[in-house]
Amino acid sequence: MAKSPRKTTPVKKPAAPKRAPAKAPAEAKATVHSTGGLKAPIYSATKAEMMDFYEQMLLIRRFEEKAGQLYGLGLIGGFCHLYIGQEAVVTGLQSAISPGKDSVITGYRDHGHMLACGIDPKIVMAELTGRASGISKGKGGSMHMFSVEHGFYGGHGIVGAQVSLGTGLAFAHKYKGDGGVCLAYFGDGASNQGQVYESFNMAELWQLPVIFVIENNQYAMGTSVNRSSAEDQLYRRGESFRIPGVQVDGMDVLAVRGAVEEVLKDVRSGGGPVLMELKTYRYRGHSMSDPAKYRSRDEVQDVREKSDPIERLKVALLKQGVKEEDLKALDKKVRKIVVDAADFAEASPEPELSELYTNVLVEQY
Amino acid sequence: MAIQLKMPALSPTMEEGTLAKWFVKEGDEVSSGDILAEIETDKATMEFEAVDEGVITKILIAAGTDEVAVGTVIAEMAGEDEEASPAADAEAASASQDEAEAEPANEADPDIMNVAPPAPISRADDPSVPAGTELVSITVREALRDAMAEEMRKDGTIFVMGEEVAEYQGAYKVTQGLFEEFGPKRVIDTPITEHGFAGIGAGAAMGGLKPVVEFMTFNFAMQAIDQIINSAAKTNYMSGGQMRCPIVFRGPNGAASRVGAQHSQNYAPWYAAVPGLIVIAPYDAADAKGLLKAAIQSPDPVVFLENELLYGRAFEIPQIDDYTLPIGKARIMREGSDVTIVSYSIGVGMALEAADTLAGEGIEVEVIDLRTLRPLDTETVLKSLSKTNRMVVAEEGWPVCSIASEIIALCMEQGFDDLDAPVTRVTNEDVPLPYAANLEKAALIDVPRIIAAVQKVCYK
Repeated sequence: MAKSPRKTTPVKKPAAPKRAPAKAPAEAKATVHSTGGLKAPIYSATKAEMMDFYEQMLLIRRFEEKAGQLYGLGLIGGFCHLYIGQEAVVTGLQSAISPGKDSVITGYRDHGHMLACGIDPKIVMAELTGRASGISKGKGGSMHMFSVEHGFYGGHGIVGAQVSLGTGLAFAHKYKGDGGVCLAYFGDGASNQGQVYESFNMAELWQLPVIFVIENNQYAMGTSVNRSSAEDQLYRRGESFRIPGVQVDGMDVLAVRGAVEEVLKDVRSGGGPVLMELKTYRYRGHSMSDPAKYRSRDEVQDVREKSDPIERLKVALLKQGVKEEDLKALDKKVRKIVVDAADFAEASPEPELSELYTNVLVEQY
Repeated sequence: MAIQLKMPALSPTMEEGTLAKWFVKEGDEVSSGDILAEIETDKATMEFEAVDEGVITKILIAAGTDEVAVGTVIAEMAGEDEEASPAADAEAASASQDEAEAEPANEADPDIMNVAPPAPISRADDPSVPAGTELVSITVREALRDAMAEEMRKDGTIFVMGEEVAEYQGAYKVTQGLFEEFGPKRVIDTPITEHGFAGIGAGAAMGGLKPVVEFMTFNFAMQAIDQIINSAAKTNYMSGGQMRCPIVFRGPNGAASRVGAQHSQNYAPWYAAVPGLIVIAPYDAADAKGLLKAAIQSPDPVVFLENELLYGRAFEIPQIDDYTLPIGKARIMREGSDVTIVSYSIGVGMALEAADTLAGEGIEVEVIDLRTLRPLDTETVLKSLSKTNRMVVAEEGWPVCSIASEIIALCMEQGFDDLDAPVTRVTNEDVPLPYAANLEKAALIDVPRIIAAVQKVCYK
């Protein structure tokens, strides 16, 4: 691929300050921490859009709660990483992209991403219970789910691997000239992996249409960001590759949507990769078997009370005149979807034993 | 209707635990996320959170109780919503769990015992070469280049990427001329970042392209082996056949000449151990060309192991359009009736040389070039064993857990009655490859060692 002249977009020109502003000014919402002049306005959503966001986030929350419950009942085995607390990130980002044109890839905390891609909760839950009707025929499990149809490329278990793979998906978009963009999601932990920087370098060198999405939920398993990262302002991690970055409140779905709209404009117009850091928080342990002793109960409670993405949007909706009953009805509808998914996942048969040897290779040799 | 709260499994292996503490009492109202109890296992102490909203009606297991089995009902609560779908749900869950428990865990399930890999399919023979076909002499290097160029002319989704593959024409000149013909979009120089570009290649393959990723040598592919095995090889299976990864990872493999321990290693047994990969290691120019073309056409991920010492060697190759060979088919290089030497890659040349010498001693050797190491052509190997009843495996690589080990296991399991002597392996010595000329020579497989092994299994 041509090493095209890099400075195609003026947004990348200004040199970033050496340190992020130590303290946010009073109007914190309006302050954008970014490099390369990226903007991140709050999205002004219609009431209908806000209701959609609310429903989407609620679906992920209830789905994950149910998954946790099924794990406790022994119906889900192995590793199971819940997304509770981070719902605004994937909801805001996925709402802005073009399904069927763009591609999405993430790590193993992937249930929410699949739901946000519009994949049927039943077949996602059935994969979690390891059943034949699961999206990977029960052969992938919680960490390994894919839907090429929905542009969802997994579902990867090795921390950081999806960043290179996502860069490859972006390479394919550019090679084919299909106008697509890849959203490559990874965590604060993965942001310290070497191959991430190898990919940053090539993505910028080749001007690939990829958005590197760091879901900074503050803890890489049990290690907090500042115990593991020399530069803990992760949106700046692309600077030595000239990749502009923006830090976004990942607990505010409207902030997420607003930021990604700007980023998408830049990337779609051929500006090369952009790095987004979404500051978020996971309420549960790293996986189901993590006792989460590395943080206090109060810390978790504090985030839940002050920053919960669903509660925040609920307040905004009520302010806009949406009735409490309507939200209750929505909650009931979502619970029903989740209960149906769980029933389906429990009732579905396990895969036939003949499936053991299928799909190892595509062809017979 | 009451919701039953059951002793949760907090880890994949937990079977029982201690109910250390209750944080709620009967009559308490709880909402989703409230901590109900603290549970201890031998590994950790964890909090048990409420999933539903409602009122705790009964606590059935007292705080401090040890050895509470997973699934035991520890409390009951009344749901806030009297439709109580969660209760029905909990019952459904409990029913299916009871079913699971009803199955005795340690008895062999006859169905599972009967699962066997699919029988190998009958493999196509090499295309027949019509009489009178012109034979041309080309090097292995040229054969590999021609294979890529021919496939790239046919299919625009094929591209080549790697270190120095474009402007430099390849570190070993295997990609010579490709950059001129196909340009920078399809022949791409990468930075020195094997892990990253192996992942980018695999991702591009998942996104619908057909990458040929060159490693300058397979020694450097160790940086990238996670992407080759965990991403390229497993994705089709993990996705239930949805997501393919049609990629070729190619480059020189095995010992070169005096380049020391870190640059001299045969990775064939490493990759051949991995389900989901195809592993090819050709010897001569015709196989290099025909099999690389097949590898590029394949919808599966292929590890294609070349050999630096063979690149410059010239062989005759039939002048046939689109010369493509079947993957998974071994080739009988020389027929013989007394003993079989099985080999691949550079070892095949040594085996043929040994066979020539042994013919002078009256020993007729059959030489098999495996060509594809995964899937292995067990049929051809066993058929030859049934004819000669003696076998030597010659492999330029370490002895332990090698392709030779695998062939020997195959003969034990499926060819035991045909054996007139133990199958013997001739390999490199079991040491990192030394630099000193005399030590390197001593460490590597050679023709005299193969001859000695053949004589031994023939009791001569």
